[in-house]
Parts: sequence; structure tokens; C-alpha cells
Amino acid sequence: MSAMANPFPEAPTTWSLPDRGKVAMAGLIIAESAIFTIFVVAYLFYVGKSLSGPTPSEVLETPILYTICLLSSSLTIHGAAKSLARDRVGAFLGLWLLTIALGGLFLYGTAQEWHRLIYKHGLTISTNLFGTTYYSLVGLHGFHVTAGLVMLLVVAIFALAGRVRMQESRRVEVLAMYWHFVDAVWVVVFTVVYVLGR
Amino acid sequence: MSSSAITIPGVQIEDKPWVDTLHEWVTTVDHKRLGVLYILYALLFLVVAGVEALIIRIQLMFPHNHFVSPQVFNRLFTMHGTTMVFFMGMPILFGFANYLVPLMIGARDMAFPRLNAFSFWLSALGGFLFYFSLVGANGLYGAGNAPDVGWWAYAPLTARAFSAGHSTDYWALALLVSGFGSIGTAINIIATILCMRCPGMKLSRMPLLAWLNLVMSGMVLISVSPLTAAQIMLVIDRYLGGHFFDTQAGGSAMLWMHFFWIFGHPEVYILIIPCFAFMSEIIPVFSRKPIFGYPVMVAATVCIGFVSMSVWAHHMFSVGMNSYANSFFTITTMAVGVPTGIKIFNWLGTMWGGRIQFKVPMLFSIGFLFQFLIAGLTGVMLGSAAFASQLTLSYFVVAHFHYTLVGGVVFGVFAAIYYWYPKITGRMLNETLGKWHFWLFVIGFHLTFDLMHIPGLLGMPRRIYTYEPGRGWDTLNLIISIGAFIQAIAILAFVANLIISYLKGAKAGNDPWDAWTLEWSISSPPPPYNFATVPTVASRRPLWDLKRPEDPDSRYE
Amino acid sequence: MQRKQNSIKLSALFMLALLFLLMATAAAAALADPSTGITNIFAPASTPAKMVTHLSMFVLAITGIIFVVVFTLLVYSIIKFRGRAVDAGREPAQVYGSTQIELAWTIIPILIVIVLFLATARAIHAVQDAPEPAGAIEVTAIGHQYWWEFRYPKVGVVTANELHIPVSDPANPTPTFLTLLSTDTDHSFWIPELAGKTDLIPNHPNGMWMDPLRTGIFLGQCAQYCGVQHAKMLLRVSVDSTADFAAWVRGQQQPAVQDASVATGRRVFESNACMNCHAVGATAANGRFGPDLTHLMSRVTIASGAATNTPENLRLWIQDPDAIKPGSLMPAMKLSDSELDAVVSYMETLR
Repeated sequence: MSAMANPFPEAPTTWSLPDRGKVAMAGLIIAESAIFTIFVVAYLFYVGKSLSGPTPSEVLETPILYTICLLSSSLTIHGAAKSLARDRVGAFLGLWLLTIALGGLFLYGTAQEWHRLIYKHGLTISTNLFGTTYYSLVGLHGFHVTAGLVMLLVVAIFALAGRVRMQESRRVEVLAMYWHFVDAVWVVVFTVVYVLGR
Repeated sequence: MSSSAITIPGVQIEDKPWVDTLHEWVTTVDHKRLGVLYILYALLFLVVAGVEALIIRIQLMFPHNHFVSPQVFNRLFTMHGTTMVFFMGMPILFGFANYLVPLMIGARDMAFPRLNAFSFWLSALGGFLFYFSLVGANGLYGAGNAPDVGWWAYAPLTARAFSAGHSTDYWALALLVSGFGSIGTAINIIATILCMRCPGMKLSRMPLLAWLNLVMSGMVLISVSPLTAAQIMLVIDRYLGGHFFDTQAGGSAMLWMHFFWIFGHPEVYILIIPCFAFMSEIIPVFSRKPIFGYPVMVAATVCIGFVSMSVWAHHMFSVGMNSYANSFFTITTMAVGVPTGIKIFNWLGTMWGGRIQFKVPMLFSIGFLFQFLIAGLTGVMLGSAAFASQLTLSYFVVAHFHYTLVGGVVFGVFAAIYYWYPKITGRMLNETLGKWHFWLFVIGFHLTFDLMHIPGLLGMPRRIYTYEPGRGWDTLNLIISIGAFIQAIAILAFVANLIISYLKGAKAGNDPWDAWTLEWSISSPPPPYNFATVPTVASRRPLWDLKRPEDPDSRYE
Repeated sequence: MQRKQNSIKLSALFMLALLFLLMATAAAAALADPSTGITNIFAPASTPAKMVTHLSMFVLAITGIIFVVVFTLLVYSIIKFRGRAVDAGREPAQVYGSTQIELAWTIIPILIVIVLFLATARAIHAVQDAPEPAGAIEVTAIGHQYWWEFRYPKVGVVTANELHIPVSDPANPTPTFLTLLSTDTDHSFWIPELAGKTDLIPNHPNGMWMDPLRTGIFLGQCAQYCGVQHAKMLLRVSVDSTADFAAWVRGQQQPAVQDASVATGRRVFESNACMNCHAVGATAANGRFGPDLTHLMSRVTIASGAATNTPENLRLWIQDPDAIKPGSLMPAMKLSDSELDAVVSYMETLR
């Protein structure tokens, strides 16, 4: 095509397409949901089928506090993204760091629970079917929380250096989508492990 | 292939040192180059897996043959199946999607070029890792640790107790890695199609190739993940003492089967849907008519996408599910044949009343239609659970899926290569060599895979390195093997054609086929930026409108 | 153009010729003589196999009709609508679709699917949910890498690889109901002329039944990839008359033959690791990993069908199992020639 008149018809007056960052993150969330679904199915399938060892009702303690931490971090990250969209960088930074702290608390809670399960009750991934499915499912979720925290930290570092402004709010929203997903998965895992599975 | 320099009339372009060209290709994020890399990578593995198949067929030529040991044979069919599905089928189709989707929707590149490159190299790493197993640990003598558990890797055969060493680990890890690459590319394709279409290209005006790759990518997201999950579970079993599939600890071998086939069945639709896309672009052009029933073709594909998620246990009709489960999967399997049949009828309707040109892409497309019809019908037989109790796990199934995968996917890919090679390289493939390729391949294909149904009906099971004489399988296996060699000769003609035409083929020009989609509006090969001016479209066949301004499609849509 | 026309006609003829060849071969196979070892799924000799064959004929008829119709339309369209030189430059009528036609070729296939499903569901139920009558023979089949263990719990018989069952008279049925188990990996029990296949899956007991309607030998083999020697995990079912079956059971119920002249061989057997894997009734040998050898000589083959049961083969099998079945789990015991001869003589007495 050289410098001749454009042979194509006239463009429509409005032509807006979805944001590719959000579409891509939605795609990733769908794929990850499928992975988690399979682990949840395995967990539910094996409920009550362990041939030996500690059972869920014997050893599990409902992690109410750390669940509240994680779920409220969804509220704080939502607030942070909203603040950045309104160019309130200070509020954004504060809420963002609070999100990281709450996420970190959740991981600490998981670590504490695992320590208790391993050393007090002798439940490991190889103990029985409950051990295998529990550590895999909660561990997979914990891995995703960790990955999310790393990404949040990277943004925090750039924010502290003053590089995150209203123009970046779109990218921050995409990251927030991921964080909401991680929280939603926890709701499912919590229900399956601590409510249904006992 | 495409020069990275901008073409400026009257200016000499100096020859670049080969190292620079190599560096450009290795670091490229251009969707066209990545597309070519995917396709070349896949063609390499087509030859490798093809050689594996030939060795298998030599071993099976005669009963009690000793060409290879049982250990080597079991590795061969594992490698052949895994390679063809994951390192030939998926890459070549992703390659075409990469190359064509941005061009057909009027975009300058994919939505995420760097993710695109990363996904390609991840997939490539997977293939490399898989074949590294041949030299891992014990080296080439004894084929090292090549996986020998079959491409479906059923538990508990894959447990440490029954698969010592690392062969199964290579299988799991190679596919985990390339699976991440596939998910990355699928996300990229979806984002590109939804967010980067040129002005005027509403979803209802998109070429069917774009639609079908959208559906295929959605399916990749949902169905590759179960395989990833299952493989993570397998690795946990093998290395962390987990019991997911440990039947001694109360685990279930069936669970692996369910997870694998929840991936495995949509996977074969993932492989065929892009070939449906090729048919939907090629058949109209060589029939000189638009595709018959565009909206129905879209609806049927979406329908296939959804229904194919519900059929997976027809691969498990022998495992002892109860009669209600078997009946359920019978009806869903047969149901998915309805939209597939509708597509065949629509292609027939496209050809009907047309003026068919029998160029090589059309020859392969016609072969596809006949073969996919037969494959679909043997699929209906296999979908009937009671009938399948005899047919499954026998050579009837091997014949059926090779009919779909070779007669369908490979023929579709050949059609696509002959059709788009001029666009990619700027040169036409040789018609005479192409016809030799086609006819030799058709004859070899039918000799092998038509006859292969019969040993299955006579009780020959799958995955056996040898068989007893006097079961009625001897002569059939011999002829089947001969057919395989005829196909190999056809592939040689094909490879020769690719190389000779690249060096000496006739110049193609922008639009050698008089086609109607946007990729034919730019030069062959296209410039790196694709479109100097972003196009706008008002119908499904923008170039038809341009060539026939007195009677544009936009009037009828 | 004439050449193209001829080449199209030629190719259509070729396809038809191929089709005919295939049908002829299939027909020839269908008329096979069972004693030659041909096992044709369309030559059923038992009720579940017959039910499947009847269904399959129905399915084949319908798919055959669909094939002929669509194939004819395809061939017709290729010939009738081929481009001619005289048409160059002119495009045919641009037809975009037709709602009525789309409806027609949606609704008719849906109806065909419903019909096929109903026929299949009936067959599935008839085969899988058949009740076990009082006179049924019960066999527990246990899959091993790479041999079959058969136990008859009601009559206390334990054997391997070769299954004996009685013929079943429709007036007074004596079908065989099998329970399918596995000790290691997945296997599949397939005797094409007696029943569709059913898998043996560890930790997942399955069941199947067959009521052979004539006597004879029926061959089959493992159909689910179970490891290196999956290919030689063969099956041999001997359908006996009622009297012959009763005699066989009585023979199998006898304790192991105690023959003093093979005492040396028996000592070799019991002082090597043989007795850790194999059992010989009423002796110290009660291993369960390998086949029960109490009545080894009542079997026609050894190594689950990989070799005929002759003294030479038996000697070779014991000396070097990999010579007959490379990768099988029986180790070579590195016996000396005299030990081998002795042990084979001992085995030969286990009738």
C-alpha cells in the first residue's frame, strides 16, 4: 500500500474495543480457575477416603482471623486502585501497602497452621489422602498469594520512588483483578476445606 | 523471509551478515516471524515423529518381528503420540494463528508481542526437554530415559513403583512447560481478537478463521489447565510422596483418567477447529462463493466448544462406569456430531453452485471433507458405549483418530501451507510437485488407515509391540505398513517443494488466489508493520467489496 | 479440462474400488472359521456379545446411509460444479446461506442422534445391568503384570491364564459372572467373541458376564497398556460342555500330585526363590506373586500364552524368561543344567 488514497470505506465514528490488559487478565483467571477446579474436585472426591492418619475434624482449626485479613485486602486494593484513578497518589500508596501487609499476614497464618499440623499432628503431604489433597490445594493457593505479593511489592517499590501516577491506573487495575481472583479462590478453598470437608 | 528493511523504491539494500539475521530471528517479537518459527519447529517434529511411526510400522509388519525390543517400541509410540499432539499439532496451529489473525483483523501485531515470543520459546523448551530424555541419564544407548508410559500416561503405571527412573518425569515436565506456553498464546489470541480489530470489523464481520481461533483459544484456557493440574499431582505423587493416584493408599486410578480426558478430548477439538478455520477460508475462495451460512458456522463452532467439554469419558467406556454414566457420555458424544456435521454440510453448500478450481489447496480441502466425514461416522460408532466396548482399545480406535488427525488435521495443515505459503514467502509452491504430494499422500493414507479398521474389528488391541500369527492380522498389518512408506515418500516430495519453491518459485504478488480477506491486500511477504494505513471494513469480504464496488457484500449482510 | 474431468472420474472410481476391497475383506473375515484363531467381533458366541453385535449392525446401517448420501453429494458437487475454462472471469451466484436448509440439516441429525442413543442405552442396560441367575459360575479374575489369575471362590479352584467355563444353555442358563480386580496397573479383559472388554483397575472392582452358547476355544488378550509385556498377556478361554467342565473343576480341586521320583526337582523348586512367587497346593510353596502351578500341566500354554506348554519351552522359560517374554517380571534363577532338568521334571508331574 503506497501513498494512494485509502481504498477502504470510511471508519465508523465510534470504535471502542475492550482494554487488552483486562481481557488478558480475564483469560489468565479463567485458566487458573480451571486448575483450581481440578484440585478442588480431587479434594472433594477424596473426602473421607483416607485409609489412615489424622482426619480433618481432628486437626483443622478454622482460620477466621487470617481469612478476614485476606478478604479485607480485597477492599483495600479496590480502594487503592480507585484512589490512583483519581490521582490521589498518597491514599493509593497507603492502601497498597496495607494490602501487602494483610496479604503477608495471611501467609503468616498459613505458615503457622502448617507448622502446627506437621509438628503437633504429624500431618504431611505424604501421610494420607487428606494430607496430600489439603497441602496441594492450600499450597497452590498460597503459591498464588505469594506470586501476587511479589507483584504488589514491585509496584510498591516503584510507587515509593514516585513513578506510579494516574496514567498507570489501568495497569494497577489489572493487577487488582488478579488479587481479587486470589481472594475469590480462598473463599472457595475455605468453604471446601473448612466447611464442607469436615 | 521478510526483510526487516523498509522497501524504498530506488534504494539498494545491502546484504546483511547471517549472524545479524539469526539474531533478529531469535529475538523477534513480530507475530509473522514467530508464526514462521512455530511452523518450522512443528514441521521438524512432524518428520521426527513420522520416523518414529515408520519404525513402529516396520516392527508391526510381521508377527513376532524383532526389529525393535518391546522397551524401545513402547517408548516409540509414547514419543510419537506426544510429539505429534504437543510438538507438531499445537505449534503448527498456533503458528498459523499467530501469522494470520493480526493480518486478517487489520492489526499491526498481536496484543502482547513479548508474551508471544516468551510463549513460543517456552513451547520450544518443552519439545527440547522431551527429546532430551533420549540422552538423559543413560545416554542414547538404550534410549536413555525416553518416556514409555503412552501419551496418556495412565496411573498407576506412572507411579514410582512401576516407572522407575525419570522417563515419566520428562513427560510431565516437558508438557507442563509447553502447556504454559500454550496458555500464554491462547490469552494473546483472545486479547488480540477482542481488542485489536480494525475499525468497522465488528465480531459479526470477522473472518471465520479469527472466530474459530477465538473459540479454540478459549478451549485451550479451560482444558489445558486440567492437564497441568494432573501433572502437578503426578509430580507430587512421584516426588513428595503424595497419594493422588496411589491405589495402595486408597487413591484412584480413574481420577487420573478423568482429569486426563477432560483435557484430552477438548484437545482434539482444539487441534481440529483451526483446520475447520482453514477450510472455511480456502473452500470459498476456490469455489468462488462466500461461505454458506456464516452465522451458523460461528454458532456451530461455539456449540462444539461447549459440548466437547462434556464428552470426555467416551475414552473410558471400558473402565467400568455404571450404565447411567455410559449412557450420558453416549448422548453427549453423539450430540457433538450434530454441529460438526452441520459444518460439513455448510462447506458442501459453499461448493454447491460454485465454479470449483482444483488447485492444490482445494485438493487437500476436498480430501479433508471426505475423510472427516468418514472419521466422524466412525466416531459415532465409538460414541455408542455398547458398540465401543468392543471397538475401544483396539486398532479401530487407532484408525479412527488417525483418520481425524492425519486425514483431518494434517490435510488441513497441508491445504493451509499451500494456500498461505505465497503470502509468507512471496513465492508460489510448485503445482506439479504439489499434486504428486497430494496423490501419493492420499493413496498411502487410505491404504494405511482404511485397512487399519479391520484388525480392530478382528480383535487386535492397541499398544502391542508384536502379535500372534493366525489371528487374521498379518497381511493387513503388512499392507498398512506399506501405506506408511508411501506417505513418507509424499512427505519427501512436500519438503522438496517447500525448499525448491522458496529458492526458485514463481513470484506470488499480493493476491495470487483472487481472495477476499485483508491479508491479500498487502505485499507478499508483508512488510513488518503489516498495514501502512489501518484498514476499515464494511463487510465480511473487504476485498470483494474493493474489487466489485458495484455489488459489494456490505449490501447483503 | 477434459484431463481434469477424467482424473476426477478416475479418482472416484479408485475410491469406490477401495471401498469394495474393504468390504470384501471384511466380509471374508466375518465368515472366518473360529478354530483358526480369528476373533471377529461380528461373530458373537455369547449373549452380551450378540447384544453388542445387533446394536452395531443398526449403527452401521445408519452411518452407512449417512455416508452414502453425503459422499454422493460431495462427488456430485465436485463433478457438476467444477470450474470450466469458458467461465474464467465470471463469478457464480453469490449465495450466503438458507435458513430452511440449515434447519433441515440440523433437525434430521438431531433425530438420528436420539434414535441411536435410545438403541444404545437399551444395549448398555441389557449388558451392564443383567441380574446374576442362581446357576451362574463365579470367577474372580485378577490382573497382574503380565498374567491372569483366575479364582473360582465357590469351588475353591485357583488357576492362571487359561479360563475354563461351561457352555450355557438358554433354557437353563449357566453364565459366568466375573469380578475383575488388579494387583498393580490397569489391564483389560477382552475375548471379542464372548463379550465387550472390561478393565481391571486396582482399587476399583469391576464386573462382567458371558454365557457362551457353544463349546470351543476363544482367544483374546489384555487390551489396556499395562507395561513392557502388555502385548503377550494373552487369554485363552475354553468353553467346555457341562460334563467336561465338571471334570475339569474336579481335576483342579485335587491336591498337587506328589511324585517321589521328582523329589530332586521339588527340592530345587523349594530351595530357590521359586516358592516365594509361586504356589503349589499342599506344599510349602504358597507365593502369590506369580501363577499358581499346582496344575500347570493342565494348561496348553505357559507365560500367559507366550509359548506352548512343552518341556523344551518350559525349560527355556525357567532358564531365561527374557528369551520368551523380554521384560517379564520372572527373574532368571541361574540354575545349572542339572537343576533345570530336575525342576522341569517336577513341573511335568503337576497335572
